Amino acid sequence: MQPKQQAVTARDLRRPKHKWDDYKVFLLALPAIAIVILFRYIPLWGWSFSLFQYKPGKDLFDCNFVGLQNFTFLFNNPVMRKNLVRVLTNTFGIHMLGYLFTPLPMLFAIFLSEMKSKRYQKLVQSVTTLPNFISWVIIYSLMNSFFSASGVATKLMIQLGIVDQGFNLMTSDDHVWLYMVLLQQWKSLGWSAIIYFASIAGIPQDMYEAAMIDGANRMQRIWYITIPSLIPTYFVLLIMSIGNFLNTGVDQYLTFGNALNKQFIEVLDLYVYNLGIGSGQISFSVAVGIMKSVVALVLFSMANFASKKIRGESVF
Amino acid sequence: MTAVAASRKKPMTPQDILFNVICGVFFTLFALLCFYPFYYLFICTISDPQLVEVGQITVVPRGLTLESYAEVLKIDNLANAAMISVLRSVLGTVTSTLCSAYLAYFFTKRNMWGRKFWYRLVVATMYFSAGMIPEYLNNRALGLINTFWIYIIPGLVGVYNMILIKTSMESLPAELEESAVLDGAGYMTRFFRIVVPLQKPILATVALFLLVNHWNDFFTTQLYVTNPKNYTLQFLLYEYLNQVKNSANAVVTGNEGLTATIQTVRTTSIRLTLTAVVIIPIMLVYPFVQKFYVKGVMIGAVKG
Repeated sequence: MQPKQQAVTARDLRRPKHKWDDYKVFLLALPAIAIVILFRYIPLWGWSFSLFQYKPGKDLFDCNFVGLQNFTFLFNNPVMRKNLVRVLTNTFGIHMLGYLFTPLPMLFAIFLSEMKSKRYQKLVQSVTTLPNFISWVIIYSLMNSFFSASGVATKLMIQLGIVDQGFNLMTSDDHVWLYMVLLQQWKSLGWSAIIYFASIAGIPQDMYEAAMIDGANRMQRIWYITIPSLIPTYFVLLIMSIGNFLNTGVDQYLTFGNALNKQFIEVLDLYVYNLGIGSGQISFSVAVGIMKSVVALVLFSMANFASKKIRGESVF
Repeated sequence: MTAVAASRKKPMTPQDILFNVICGVFFTLFALLCFYPFYYLFICTISDPQLVEVGQITVVPRGLTLESYAEVLKIDNLANAAMISVLRSVLGTVTSTLCSAYLAYFFTKRNMWGRKFWYRLVVATMYFSAGMIPEYLNNRALGLINTFWIYIIPGLVGVYNMILIKTSMESLPAELEESAVLDGAGYMTRFFRIVVPLQKPILATVALFLLVNHWNDFFTTQLYVTNPKNYTLQFLLYEYLNQVKNSANAVVTGNEGLTATIQTVRTTSIRLTLTAVVIIPIMLVYPFVQKFYVKGVMIGAVKG
């Protein structure tokens, strides 16, 4: 059996394909495709939980069927609506603040690549990408040593008279968004710059040479050559990040959140987690999750559409 | 970079010097900002815990001792958690890389039955998600909760990685496989003997992506695992931090009893040393990670 099949395969490379080989390729790939279906498509069945009043431990079909009541409840119940507005405000607030920092990696790459010493460039790159590889748990632990009431940075700030005695950034509910966004920048700035370094290396050298013959100084070369060459990359990344808008991830906010700053740190994903796993309100949290998925898909389509309009090709 | 090459021919103008000084100061400061926390962590772990507790250690280690490490090694479950972390990172990385490559390989075969449909079906999953809770319910129904396999099985096929690998595989000349076919090699033989060895660079890149993610993940444990036997190092640290956090909350809410018990043990140095233990493996692979990550980002960027 086996040798015969292989003979068929060998002939097929030069002649019209034998049907059996097509099925064989499919059947061999099927287990891997099945895993994707099992862990990415089958969970969609869980969306039906939002139509019931699910109680943990019970079979779904023993629970009350309530139709869309869970969804309307989210908007009509004053407490639920207030919570929803709050977590959406946090999600958008942190993101919008984050967008203000998006040109930073580009500027970082531009100015670092203007530095004279290649070794210095490499060193700075290696050191600044390091924070990208540690988890938020570790960052939390580190920041605890710096910004808690007895932390090194807090003491320094007290000495400099920037903050008052007893200041504790870790539990403070002031400037939570800014704190979170600055930490994100600390973690990812060096890393995000890498892609711009590579783009800068790809800019044709003769453009700079021509500009220098024309007497352009450094700032003019950056302004008229480097930045315009990097703008397309910048927009692609920006658009991609808009597509990911609601997927804030819970790691950071789960570790940095506490009873005192909860009000400002609870983002959509964390809310879904707290609602579903924390308080066991599976049906509500699935309903919130569904709305999140739908809005994410819409945002994603809009980003893709914008990309098509601006660049003439879709990002995805 | 061009500017650098060009300016070497000419003497530096005052403006150039000013530029270099300003940028140099800025980048050095930022690099220090990135480096210092790690340095601080390290010197605290080898200093006298009493001094660490009151924040006396800032630039040089004082009262050198390995006491904190000895203390950390006494934490229940540490050895087990370390083993689970290593095991899930290694096993998860190897299986996920291979499975993604496996699927990628068959998607490069243009004659696959229904190839377009299946490919779209798989790629589409990058753009939607059932959400945290439905996935939780699904994994619960599959009996993965509280088992070690929750770390491995759901992530077996990474779609984004699959696309990266497929793109790379497509650049292999078809003749390589054709000659193997004439020698009677089946798909599996060709995959393991020809394609995988030739795709080492991209596979290494993907593997390092996965390795770092596996090592850093604590949320999977938080969500799915309640049995301490299956805790990871990251989760152990997370739990430890939570205890400290709760004691901080207790201060605010006036529940002083709990605080007192936590204060008696020297939390700061233990916390920092535990953190160091979790970071050290990352530091060890970092040189490789950095090299391959850069490549990986570039491939991802080209693909878009």
